[in-house]
Amino acid sequence: MWFRNILFLGICGLLLSTVAASLLIPEMPLQVSGHNPVAFQQPEFRGIVEKIDAQFQTTWEDEKLEPAPIADDLQIARRLSLGLTGKIPSVEDIRLIEKQPESQRIQWWISKLFEDRRYADFVAERLARAYVGTENGPFLVYRGRRFKLWLSDQLYDNRPYDELVQDLIAERGIWTDEPAVNFITASMGKEEGENQPDPVKLAARVTRAFLGTRMDCVECHDDNLGGDLLQSDFHEMASFFRGTENSFTGITDNQKKDYNYKYLYAEEEVVVPSMVPFNKELLQEQGTERERLANWVTHPENRPFARAIVNRIWAIMTSRPLVEPVDSIPIDGTYEDGTFPPGLDLLADDFIEHDFDVQRLIRVIAETTAFQTDSQADHEITAAHEQHWAAFPVTRLRPEQVVGSVIQSASLQALDTDSHIIAKLMAFGQQQDFIKRYGDSGEDEFAIQGGTIPQRLLMMNGKLVKERTSNNPLFNAASRIAMFSPDDETAIETAFLATLTRRPTTEETAYFINRLENADESVSRTDQFEDIYWSLLNCTEFAWNH
Amino acid sequence: MTTNNQNSTLNCNSSAHISRRNILKAAGLGCASWLTPLSTQLAFSAEKEQKKKRPKSVIMLWLQGAPSQFETFDPHAGTKYGGETKAIKTNLKGVEFSDNMPQSAEIMQDLTLLRGVLSKEGDHERAAYNMKTGYRPDPTLIHPSIGAIVCHELSATGLEIPRHVSILPGPWPGRGGFLGNGHDAFKMYDPKDPLPDLIRQVPEARFAQRRKDLNVLENSFLARRRSDLEKNKTIHLGTVDSAIKMMSSEQIKAFDISKTPKALLDDFGDTPFGRGCLCATQLIETGVRCVEITLTGWDSHVNNHEIQKGRTEILDPAFAALIKLLKEKDQYDDTIVICCGEFGRTPGTNPLGGRDHWPHGFSVALGGGGIRRGLVLGETDPDGSKVTAEDKDAYNVEDIHATIHHALGIDYTLEYNTPVGRPMAISHGKVIDKILDV
Repeated sequence: MWFRNILFLGICGLLLSTVAASLLIPEMPLQVSGHNPVAFQQPEFRGIVEKIDAQFQTTWEDEKLEPAPIADDLQIARRLSLGLTGKIPSVEDIRLIEKQPESQRIQWWISKLFEDRRYADFVAERLARAYVGTENGPFLVYRGRRFKLWLSDQLYDNRPYDELVQDLIAERGIWTDEPAVNFITASMGKEEGENQPDPVKLAARVTRAFLGTRMDCVECHDDNLGGDLLQSDFHEMASFFRGTENSFTGITDNQKKDYNYKYLYAEEEVVVPSMVPFNKELLQEQGTERERLANWVTHPENRPFARAIVNRIWAIMTSRPLVEPVDSIPIDGTYEDGTFPPGLDLLADDFIEHDFDVQRLIRVIAETTAFQTDSQADHEITAAHEQHWAAFPVTRLRPEQVVGSVIQSASLQALDTDSHIIAKLMAFGQQQDFIKRYGDSGEDEFAIQGGTIPQRLLMMNGKLVKERTSNNPLFNAASRIAMFSPDDETAIETAFLATLTRRPTTEETAYFINRLENADESVSRTDQFEDIYWSLLNCTEFAWNH
Repeated sequence: MTTNNQNSTLNCNSSAHISRRNILKAAGLGCASWLTPLSTQLAFSAEKEQKKKRPKSVIMLWLQGAPSQFETFDPHAGTKYGGETKAIKTNLKGVEFSDNMPQSAEIMQDLTLLRGVLSKEGDHERAAYNMKTGYRPDPTLIHPSIGAIVCHELSATGLEIPRHVSILPGPWPGRGGFLGNGHDAFKMYDPKDPLPDLIRQVPEARFAQRRKDLNVLENSFLARRRSDLEKNKTIHLGTVDSAIKMMSSEQIKAFDISKTPKALLDDFGDTPFGRGCLCATQLIETGVRCVEITLTGWDSHVNNHEIQKGRTEILDPAFAALIKLLKEKDQYDDTIVICCGEFGRTPGTNPLGGRDHWPHGFSVALGGGGIRRGLVLGETDPDGSKVTAEDKDAYNVEDIHATIHHALGIDYTLEYNTPVGRPMAISHGKVIDKILDV
């Protein structure tokens, strides 16, 4: 009898100590195999960062703006996590970051994120919005999940971006075997008679997504608003897709097909030849029509291509593009003549010189002073500071970032590909439901928006926050912190790190310790921490990037 | 009014029975019948004075994608560009609508129809911005939408639910722009579903403690950041306060259409859009200043006729029932209804049987307080020529904005100080005097 009781108590003790151990810092920092700290100290890397910094510095001086100081490492790590994985760092991640030498923390963290599948998946989702939109697309011939998985694979392998885009524009085959062709099939309609790729939609997508310009505004008439684009410019672009067909072998090219169009006020339809609207000398003769277009779009001298992805990656990382709207960048101009903001052309040049390396682009952006400035300072911060990146702009998190961060905050370990399948399934179900309610930002995800009352109601009274904060020592960090922290101060600090990626200020610590000490006795300790977690998840700091 | 009237529960508005007009008129009749004309005049004048004091509202039926004027309010049946649509007579002599709009044809006497509206924007997003704000997009600032201005300028004292509501919002619902996100529209979806998440999860004492904790965190966050962050950007605390106020308000009943008689729902078409229009009447009755209801799917670059017909089957009953109900509830004099999309559609059809974008002369229907009834201004050319600014009764988008603000009693020439330091008038258009009901 005694033996069984002792055994029972022993098992309980073992279980408790296992759970408690999960609150502790891992002993050994995780090795990141692809991380080479020396590379980021080389003049070749530092040089481009310094040039970009100098352009921003000039702007700040011209605008008479005193920049905010550099943010602390955890703040920058939070921005990177939100931008590249859609989640805040876990407490475990924070401990690992803090174990790195100070000068290497940011680039080490980026290396770790690049090795995390969440980076490729999340950035693929962001890019896919620009490439194929957010609608379900035509049944059977459009495989959105397959497409995003393929895109994620390309990003994970850091495939040169020009090659990736060439596949999107010119790939042939079946949508399941050659997922890149879903870029083409997404243009097909859902109705009868719309079972072929649409050259008009494709021309609009190519110009917006890959060239950062909106030519579709001249689809129906010449630009009569001061620009020099003609209706024919748009349809000549569309004509590159005239032979793109959906057949029993998938997407193919029928070189003999014409593109006929009746221009506004024209009496008759005409056969529209394929032609590009600018940099015409870069267009090659050989290849299929789509291959010719793909080669022209991605040509190293076709700088709108590089500018477009630089602007988009900047927006993904900071929630705000350098040029707004993200897909409306002037074709001609320079930084010197005031057409482009600081950094844009320098980043585009560096991107081209380094073989369209997306990961390098992310590393360079992350290293710039503009990315690293704080959103707070001892001097007055104004809207102009944010406008010119003299202070990091406070931007609302996208719904998937909010839900990802709520779910992450409920676990002290990183919820990554190594997480248990039950945890991943739970997260997936909650995520879909939450985003639907919170409101998906759609394709136009970089538009400046404030929070809404339904969002606040969802966060204050909704199921997700309740389920992820209420008494549940197995799944919820709030309960584990309440039950296993050695003292109140550690508990408060852990809760702050898990939700806001920072330690509490002295005043905050004092307030919360006092609050716990004088708490209503009828409210249990786990409920107290559920309440504290609720406040942390409902504050501005949690819901906004900063 | 009889109890078996299908609309009885909503028709029975106390203000309709006990209005000053009725009392004064009754007094006039009872005391001295020969004074009746004078007493009636006095009663009307008193009522007008009273109504002037009542805050006004705007209901915008936003037809996202741009409806075709040919298949709605301006058919040219039987002409080169008229397409398959036939024309039907409206209840205003000499005015015809498309046969897609039979019920709306019966309310033409309550509307002003502008058939020669001009815009300079031919792209959906830019044109939506233009139609909703009265300004063309400007990279340096975001103009407030008409709903945001109405909320900013007109009082909404005592209102515990949002003043600006967008039902079934499309991609570009009304925004506060430089007036601040606090004037953004509250987005809601099909009113047949109750508004979610209105019940707090913990007892009141714990909820109060949570709010106290939250304030500590907010003070900490705002301490060294831009001083106008909460006011002009995040409005986080403001939104939390509004959400909490709304949670305990009786006024949330205005969002609930579940008690509406089925016959009335059927009048509106019992579609999400129709239910949205019905809900709008309850919202403005409660004090909401602007409700926008979106009906998407008008962008008919292919199969124009079928697409427009399908959309008008939803629009027509809802629009007509909305005007009728507003009148029955004595709300029409205090509400301006506007029905429009981004622009019109081309006279010519493209090879896919579609009509493309046409900002060079399209229709906008207006009605309600301060707007003349039974009036059509402007015309489009049956031969498909563009309407120009020189044409008779051709008006720009900004003129419609100036007119609506003026009719609402808002000084549209008032200049706001914008964050970029440039003064900006509420509207830079000109009032269309001809459509004012003075």
